[in-house]
Amino acid sequence: MTENTNPYAIEAADLNLYYGETLAVRDINMQIEKQKITAMIGPSGCGKSTVLRAFNRMNDLIPSAHATGSVLYHGKDIYDDDVDPVEVRRRIGMVFQKPNPFPKSIYDNVAWGAQINGYQGNMDDLVEKSLRGAALWCEVKDKLDKSGLSLSGGQQQRLCIARTIAVKPDIILMDEPASALDPIATLKIEDLMHELAKKFTIIVVTHNMQQAARVSDFTAFFNLGEDHAGILEEYDVTSEIFTNPTKKSTEDYITGRFG
Amino acid sequence: MRKIFEHEIQTLKDDILSLGSMVEQAILGSVDALKKRDIPRSQEIYDEDELINAKRFGIESSVMIAIATQQPMAHDLRLLASILDVAGELERMGDYAKGIAKINVIMGEQKLLKPLVDLPLMAEKTVDMLHRALTAFIEEDVDAAESIPAEDDVIDALYTQIYRVLITYVIDDPTAIERSNWLLWVAHNLERVGDRVTNICERTIFIATGEMEEVDSSVVINKNSL
Repeated sequence: MTENTNPYAIEAADLNLYYGETLAVRDINMQIEKQKITAMIGPSGCGKSTVLRAFNRMNDLIPSAHATGSVLYHGKDIYDDDVDPVEVRRRIGMVFQKPNPFPKSIYDNVAWGAQINGYQGNMDDLVEKSLRGAALWCEVKDKLDKSGLSLSGGQQQRLCIARTIAVKPDIILMDEPASALDPIATLKIEDLMHELAKKFTIIVVTHNMQQAARVSDFTAFFNLGEDHAGILEEYDVTSEIFTNPTKKSTEDYITGRFG
Repeated sequence: MRKIFEHEIQTLKDDILSLGSMVEQAILGSVDALKKRDIPRSQEIYDEDELINAKRFGIESSVMIAIATQQPMAHDLRLLASILDVAGELERMGDYAKGIAKINVIMGEQKLLKPLVDLPLMAEKTVDMLHRALTAFIEEDVDAAESIPAEDDVIDALYTQIYRVLITYVIDDPTAIERSNWLLWVAHNLERVGDRVTNICERTIFIATGEMEEVDSSVVINKNSL
C-alpha cells in the first residue's frame, strides 16, 4: 500500500460486528479521510459506538464481541492475526464520554502512556507539548503535580486528550467527548478538535447534531435496519447531510421527526 | 413530533400569503387609482406601504426566532431561509406599487397622456403570476414553479409595446416627454415585479429539491426596447 498517496486514514470493508450470535452492525463500508473530522450520528442502539470501537479493536475487550470483514489501516487489516491490538490502540487513540483521568498527577497522566511505550526523549518537553496541544497548558502549568482529578470536567477531558496525543497517534476516536460537559467546556473541546484535525484524523460519535454540523467535515448517519442490526444509512460531506440529505430517513432524523 | 415547530412554520406560511395579498392589492390598486386619477387613493396606497414593510420585518423576526430556538435542518432550514428571501422580494414589490402611487400624486392636476389600457392589463398579469407563484411556494409545487417564469415573456412584450406607443406620443409632441416618462416608469415597475416573481419560483424549487438554480424565463432581450 502506498501510504502517502492513500487519502484515507482508515477503511471499513464489509464490516459486520457481532455480540455473541447477535448481529449488531451489518455490512459497513466506509472510508475515513485523513486529517478530517468525521462525525457519526444516529439514534441510540444503531451501533455507531460499536463501529467506532471496532476501529481500534476496543471491542476485543468484550468477550462475546467479534467482527467479520476488514478494517484497513495503512492498507493493513487491523484484525489480522499478526497485528498487536495494543499497538493498534497506541496509533488509534480514544477519548471517552466521561473524562477518565488516572488518580495520579496531571504530569503523570500525560507521561504515563509514553513511559510504558518506552519513550526515550525529554519527558518534560513531551508533557508540555501534549498539554499545549490539548489547549490545557496555560491552565495547569503551575500545578502539574496536582491530581488530575482536581480539575474541572472540561479540563479533565482535555487532560485525557493530552494523554491520548502524547503517544503520537494518527487517529483519535472520540465517543461523545462533550456530552458530560457544560456548553462553554463543550465549545472549548470543539475548538480543540479543529486544531487537532490539522495533525490528526478525528472520528467522533455524537448525539448532538448541532455539534456534528459545527465540527465535522463528513457525517455518517447510522440507523437501525429492518433486522435491528445497525446500518450505515448515508455518508456524505457534512454540509450536504444537514442541508440536503439524499435519504428521507436521514432527513427525518436530523429534522427531529424520527420515530 | 415537533408540534410547536410545525405550528410556527404554518404560521409563517400564512404570514407570507397575507403579505402577498397586501402586495397584490397595492399593485392592482395603484394602477387602478392612476387610471381613474384618484389621488387620495394613491396617497393611501403610498402610506400603507409602511404596513407592508412592518409585515416583512415581523416575518423576518419570527424566522430568526425559529432558527435560534428550533435549530432547523435540511428541508426546514431551506424553507425558513427561503421565507426570509421571499418576504424581502414581496416587500420590494410593495415598493414598486408605492412608486406607482407616487407617480399619480406627482402628476397632480395634469391629465394622463393617454387612457390606460395596456398598463392595467400588465398589472393584472403580473399579479396573477405572483398569486400563482406564491401558491406554488406554499405548496412546494415544483412543476408550477418551473412553468410560471416563462409567462414573464408576456409581461416583457407588454412593456415593449407600451414603450413603443409612448415613443410615438413623444415624437408627435416633444412637450409630452414628462407625462410619457411617468407612464414608462409605471410600466418599468410592473416589469420588475415580473422578474421578482421568477425569484420566488427559484426559491420554491430550492425548498423542494435543494437545487439552487436560475430559472430561465426564455426571455430574448429586444435591443430596440432598451
